[in-house]
Amino acid sequence: MKDLFKIANKKFKSRLIVGTGKYKNFSECAKAIKYSGAEIVTVAVRRVNIVDKKKPLLMDYIDPKKITYLPNTAGCFTSEDALRTLRLAREIGGWKLVKLEVLGDKKNLFPDMIETLRSTEVLSKEGFKVMVYCSDDPLMAKRLENSGAVAIMPLAAPIGSGLGIQNYTNIKIIRSQTKLPVIIDAGIGQASDATIAMELGCDGVLINTAIAKAKNPFEMAEAMKFAVIAGRKSFISGRISKTLHGSPSTTNRGII
Amino acid sequence: MKKTKKIKIILNGKTRSFQKITSVYDLMRSLKISPDKVAIELNKEIINKKIIKSLYLKNKDKIEIVHFIGGG
Repeated sequence: MKDLFKIANKKFKSRLIVGTGKYKNFSECAKAIKYSGAEIVTVAVRRVNIVDKKKPLLMDYIDPKKITYLPNTAGCFTSEDALRTLRLAREIGGWKLVKLEVLGDKKNLFPDMIETLRSTEVLSKEGFKVMVYCSDDPLMAKRLENSGAVAIMPLAAPIGSGLGIQNYTNIKIIRSQTKLPVIIDAGIGQASDATIAMELGCDGVLINTAIAKAKNPFEMAEAMKFAVIAGRKSFISGRISKTLHGSPSTTNRGII
Repeated sequence: MKKTKKIKIILNGKTRSFQKITSVYDLMRSLKISPDKVAIELNKEIINKKIIKSLYLKNKDKIEIVHFIGGG
């Protein structure tokens, strides 16, 4: 059965998006991406090292023609910084599909939703396809949709915390009220968290720390790949209803 | 008459002096950075990489050169 993951009219087979930060080096990162089967990776925009030009480049390890680069505004705390970052990202290679993240709290890395909303509006008007990191507040998710977002990306828990999904109900409400893809972004700790996200009906999962900082990032990348597939298949297959009592798996007919 | 001009610009946050550099194109060549893998800002405005040959630099210009790195 063909079950493609669509974002802003682009189609992908894999529903797992991975981050490229926190790895020991680019070669470890590239290998983990292979194991994960991800077709989209998030990348950050930073100053070129003018002094040490021999420093390896991300593009030499991860081919942007084969893997979709999703420029992200990691580390931006104002709308102004986020807009500047994504406009620069577009200039590097013509990327229109971007991930917006405007942080509001240095300790918990929660998004500043007022600045996020404002930036989504501006970027959409400039022709960007904006995937938006947000709180798990259904009302804010709705507002983002009205501001032109192409994907809603609620956090499961604080970035890098590995706590797993904290609020099943809100995620389900966000999923049920929108036609846009809902992608869990941040907070995944282990494979079962990714499966649960998909079983709640989410369209995808974005994972960085849980893979990059695992003892064995390659095995964890593969575990996440299967976890997302399992969760998705489980969701679309239609689970049985829960009952309080037992129901025998074997018929009584012909019993001796 | 040939003059060797020396200019001071603020490159990625640091003041640097260059000789014989007049355009953004010259700067990229002297830094050995290929323009197609980066984005360039001149005094906080993103510049069109196609016209860097005709974008001239002057003292105290602020240049930012950025690229993609690993991130979440």
